[in-house]
Amino acid sequence: MAKRIDVSGLNVYYGAFRAVEDVSMTIEPRSVTAFIGPSGCGKSTYLRALNRMHEVIPGTRVEGKVLLDDQDIYAANVDPVAVRGQIGMVFQRPNPFPTMSIYDNVIAGVRLNGRRMPKAELDALVERALRGANLWNEVKDRLNRPGAGLSGGQQQRLCIARAIAVRPDVLLMDEPCSALDPISTLAIEDLIAELKTEYTIVIVTHNMQQAARVSETTAFFNLSAPGKGGMLVEMGDTNKIFTNPDKKDTENYITGRFG
Amino acid sequence: MTTTQPPQTEQPAKPPPGRRTRRRPGDLVFENSARLSGVLILVILAAVAVFLLVQALPALSENQGNFLTDTEWAPSGDAPSFGVAALVFGTLLAAVLALVIATPVAVGIALFISHYAPRRLASLLGYVVDLLAAIPSVVYGLWGITWLMPQIGPFFEGLNRYLGFIPIFAGPVASPPRTILTASIVLAVMILPIVTAVAREVFLKTPTMHEEAALALGATRWEMIRMAVLPFGRSGVISAAMLGLGRALGETMAVAMVLSPGLLIDFFLLQAGHHQTIAALIALQFPEASTLQVSALIAAGLVLFAITLVVNMAARYIVSRRKEFTE
Repeated sequence: MAKRIDVSGLNVYYGAFRAVEDVSMTIEPRSVTAFIGPSGCGKSTYLRALNRMHEVIPGTRVEGKVLLDDQDIYAANVDPVAVRGQIGMVFQRPNPFPTMSIYDNVIAGVRLNGRRMPKAELDALVERALRGANLWNEVKDRLNRPGAGLSGGQQQRLCIARAIAVRPDVLLMDEPCSALDPISTLAIEDLIAELKTEYTIVIVTHNMQQAARVSETTAFFNLSAPGKGGMLVEMGDTNKIFTNPDKKDTENYITGRFG
Repeated sequence: MTTTQPPQTEQPAKPPPGRRTRRRPGDLVFENSARLSGVLILVILAAVAVFLLVQALPALSENQGNFLTDTEWAPSGDAPSFGVAALVFGTLLAAVLALVIATPVAVGIALFISHYAPRRLASLLGYVVDLLAAIPSVVYGLWGITWLMPQIGPFFEGLNRYLGFIPIFAGPVASPPRTILTASIVLAVMILPIVTAVAREVFLKTPTMHEEAALALGATRWEMIRMAVLPFGRSGVISAAMLGLGRALGETMAVAMVLSPGLLIDFFLLQAGHHQTIAALIALQFPEASTLQVSALIAAGLVLFAITLVVNMAARYIVSRRKEFTE
């Protein structure tokens, strides 16, 4: 579990447009890394490139290397489906499968690829995943109710339970709290703090306080020039980024002078 | 339905000060024309039902047999006796067979267009499918007679030889194969485009976030379709199938041209002269029918009307049944 990610010289293209320019970074295992930056600076695109989810959109292309420990996830013989099994993702809007019960949502990923498990093992797995997502006590009596019937914050924790049920090495979160109220946001942030003992977590957020609260390391992205793609401006210890950044742009952004 | 407006009270409540509740003329005109259209559809439906009933009554009152349970159709002479049992059976059999053949193929084509084909091919295919839906049924009937019938004979022989132990494929195989199965295949081809077109539209509307949820869990494309696209499109596919079923139930020319009629109730799909559908019966007999025969045919039409109504209501029920899980 919990693997290191090494990115070197990563470019992401939408057709001819270079949306992410030459990003290199190391993401440490068992820690939370936050990506901040103004809208359109490519941080979500970059996040998606870390588990090859960008390939869902036609016309995208990647140059550069992403190593998960020592495995190059863009190597010719690597199946993107397998990559996504190792690197889970939680999205901006909670997206439980609307036709499935809470129980079935949690085991949706486990049931893939024709894997079969005895019912008792599945039950244990569902409980473990839901406990892991701090949701067990709220839903244990209605596991067969539709997942879409939960509140937004509960749905998002259900999605996290679904993601950790397949035991990934890394958890990518793309603005996981942007559709949630402050209390649900707090619940997710507490959860992130617990999950980092087991997983490598990368979170994109527009909320700088959130980045400061949950992460050990922060990466600041910005547009390289108006109308161009995004690039990594500065990355470092979260305390340092928020108190004494090296770059002027970073300071301007976190102090609210632009963006 | 048409009365979404709460009944107007004689004295409208006093508007809060500073807010005008005067109805704008544009709103009023639109509301009333929309209401009129809504009422009109009900009036037309009722008028059709009344017309059928009134026209059917003379024959029904002369009928010596049981209209609902008899299978013979002899609405002439001194003792006219006719029943729709065999006709209803034949109509349903042809339509359901067509649906069973067409729906899986239609879902496959729709999935290919919506999720597999490259974008250009997808739009070309979508265009072709829409065009196919516009071909008149008599053309499909001609195709069935002149092309399909000669080709399908050997296939039926094969079915009978290797699967003949299953009762529905029992011989003797008709030659030329003017059988219910041939008619159903023609019907299936006929309803394929409309079912495909509706299913494709539904599949295309699958929310991206559900597709991404599946993919991010490590689903292959087929697994993504099974987890996200098919559950989302299920009620839409049912609606599409029912649309096709409705069309197949009422289809006249293609069946009249292909099928050799008979009035039996059995499942021998490869034998000619066993089945007939209501619509084809009306089309074939109407031109030479006496007054009483016309009245009897209209009674049969009334039954078809009722069947279509029931099928549509059943479809609505199926679609609404698991609504809780589809919101």
